[in-house]
Amino acid sequence: MTEVLLSLKGLTKAYPGVVANDSVSFDIGTGEVHALLGENGAGKSTLVKMIYGLVKPDSGEMMLRGSPFAPGEPRQARADGIAMVFQHFSLFDALNVAENIALGMENPPKMRDLASRIRDVSETYGLPLDPYRTVGDLSAGERQRVEIIRCLLQDPKLLIMDEPTSVLTPQEVEILFQTLEKLRAEGTSILYISHKLEEIRTLCDHATILRLGKNVGECIPSETSASEMAELMVGSALTPPERGSRVFGDMALDISGLSVPAPSAFGTALRNVHLTVRRGEILGIGGVAGNGQDELLSVLSGEVLTQADAVKLGATPIGRLGPVARRALGVLAAPEERLGHAAAPDMSLTENAMLTGATREGLVKNGFLKWAEATEFAKRVIKEFDVRTPGPENAARSLSGGNLQKFVIGREVLQRPEVLVVNQPTWGVDASAAAAIRQSLLDLAAGGAAVICISQDLDELMEISDSFAALNEGRLSAPRPAAGLSVEEIGLMMGGAHGMEVAHV
Amino acid sequence: MDLSAINPVLLIASLMVAATPLLFAAIGELVVEKSGVLNLGVEGMMIVGAVAGFATAVESGSPLLGFVAAAGAGAALSVLFAILTQYAQANQVASGLSLTLFGLGLSALMGQSYVGIKPPQMEKINIPGLSDLPVIGPILFGHDLMLYVAIAVIAAVWAVLKFSRIGLVLRAVGENHDAAHALGYKVVRIRILAILFGGACAGLGGAYISLIRVPQWTEGMTAGIGWIALALVVFASWKPWRVLLGAYLFGGVTVVQLNLQAAGVAIPVEYLAMSPYLITILVLVILSADKSSAPAALGRNFHAAR
Repeated sequence: MTEVLLSLKGLTKAYPGVVANDSVSFDIGTGEVHALLGENGAGKSTLVKMIYGLVKPDSGEMMLRGSPFAPGEPRQARADGIAMVFQHFSLFDALNVAENIALGMENPPKMRDLASRIRDVSETYGLPLDPYRTVGDLSAGERQRVEIIRCLLQDPKLLIMDEPTSVLTPQEVEILFQTLEKLRAEGTSILYISHKLEEIRTLCDHATILRLGKNVGECIPSETSASEMAELMVGSALTPPERGSRVFGDMALDISGLSVPAPSAFGTALRNVHLTVRRGEILGIGGVAGNGQDELLSVLSGEVLTQADAVKLGATPIGRLGPVARRALGVLAAPEERLGHAAAPDMSLTENAMLTGATREGLVKNGFLKWAEATEFAKRVIKEFDVRTPGPENAARSLSGGNLQKFVIGREVLQRPEVLVVNQPTWGVDASAAAAIRQSLLDLAAGGAAVICISQDLDELMEISDSFAALNEGRLSAPRPAAGLSVEEIGLMMGGAHGMEVAHV
Repeated sequence: MDLSAINPVLLIASLMVAATPLLFAAIGELVVEKSGVLNLGVEGMMIVGAVAGFATAVESGSPLLGFVAAAGAGAALSVLFAILTQYAQANQVASGLSLTLFGLGLSALMGQSYVGIKPPQMEKINIPGLSDLPVIGPILFGHDLMLYVAIAVIAAVWAVLKFSRIGLVLRAVGENHDAAHALGYKVVRIRILAILFGGACAGLGGAYISLIRVPQWTEGMTAGIGWIALALVVFASWKPWRVLLGAYLFGGVTVVQLNLQAAGVAIPVEYLAMSPYLITILVLVILSADKSSAPAALGRNFHAAR
């Protein structure tokens, strides 16, 4: 490390009932990529919000280039050369790219000049972007480029990135890393927040690990193994899911020649999809978001009906059966969007348990709800899947992402499915909860169920699946045994880098 | 039936007068809604503006002072709405409705001693030469000052929303208040300013009815113009020039049907009376068939979770 750019000393921030940051101290050097590691709820977001001036620390101080630094609002932080790429993009859908970028700048130039500067910067850093497109029409990867370019135009000294890779393909991650390397070479410091350990090992010079709001250790990521860092993060050794040996049984689900038109202007059409999954088998389906994942899930769950024999359970054609009828037969699904699709945000956990469990758990009799049984079922999910909540009467919205995800998956697993389809089962979930969810899927398969896991997390798919296929523009590649597949092969199955060029370095 | 009694020049001139209250109320509400706030209290703010403007003009003898007071009264009533929704986090729909009911009652009380009085007249502008031109003179250059102010406000709002940074920030706040907050913009402050602007405009619209259009004070004299303004903003797809178009259309049909009534056309009066509402809504619904662009945060309360 050369000289210190930003130094944090004893930063503390408490919210009613929880200490988000408890005297956190560390230094970020000039031109250093500094990782901030920690599970969900470890206080990473609060910490960067203090640096960015969105939250005021209760005590402690920050020094920027040797002089005291206490930004009262983001404007001040930006003026001092601090820029931030948010985890949940802070973009305005109805405005165009240039307008979005102008909103994040202190003294934006005229729109026309700004547009040409956007073109210049996006060219230099290999992030192609049209300044006049409406942000609502952009893909997740492109939206992130808008955020990054918004930051770069201000010539930042410190760039804060909050979980930037969760929406990108391996190839897109590669391009992002090249951009970040270029920035580092130019002397920009980067504070990189993530819980993906391998990424941090390849990219970062230094890492600070937070647990429950405390700084529990620092390390040089390239010299530390992923499991050591995971232990620091979680506080105990993390047990990787056990696969156990499984015997594949009969054909459980069979899809042949399935083509479905796109459900909406922004959807993807499924084109001639073939897949089979046997009892006891986990089929992993990879691919970049927006290549037909949601559509495939709705075809499997019964939300979208197809020709009867395009989807078969064993020998029974179920293509024309709706979700309730499929649930009765044992085909269960857990969609990606936790709030709004998998669970009704403002309804209690009991009500949510009832919504999918009514048929298989017998929670409805003659059209009347059996509240006692439903509460019992919800409690069972909470207990067996270690969902952290005061009780089943709490609204789904009040749970953290990881806890709600455990509830949503647990609710389906406990209904003893014959075939379970999950989409992004561990998206935005911390490491220990993700491990628990993966273990439950493995256990389910060991018990003889067929599992289809649609995910964008390739590590996850490699960890649990027996065979792997990838979706690309609505087409499914031929499944291959997961063991022995290399990242390059997988990337090619996913269609390579989507219309992105490598940085002109 | 005698249609020849209808003079097209006078008709156009009077439709502009009939449309102006609606224009004021609607452009104010457009700005409020662009900032993401739904204020259903337009009717209440208008009627309070109408009585405050009327009373001030009568007492002071100056209609212009009356308009200033009307804008102040409308804005003052909107402060109540701003406090309820922006600080107390009250529901916007319920707060707006109660503001209308409150305004109607308050104006009736304030206006008791002014019933039947004639207000001082506002002078029509007179540009020598131009105002005397045939046809064009009475239509374009023969009105009172406030009518031109209304058109200027439309143009100003359009330009500010489209070209200025303030306009961009206002649209951003109405689009996604969480993101605007994260970027460091003062969501609540911007919204309160927008609400005040909307209140002042509604007050001006009300005073235009009581001081120029009618001109006298009667209870409940805004007669639903505030509600038409709310609908107009939606059907105009939040676009200022379409608000002008819709308002003139409404004013035009109103004036035509009044003339037809006077001419004794053999259509029941009830049908004629409802025609401005029907035709305006119909035309604007057809116009708004393109991508409707409601501000995404419209009607949602903002609370900075800290």
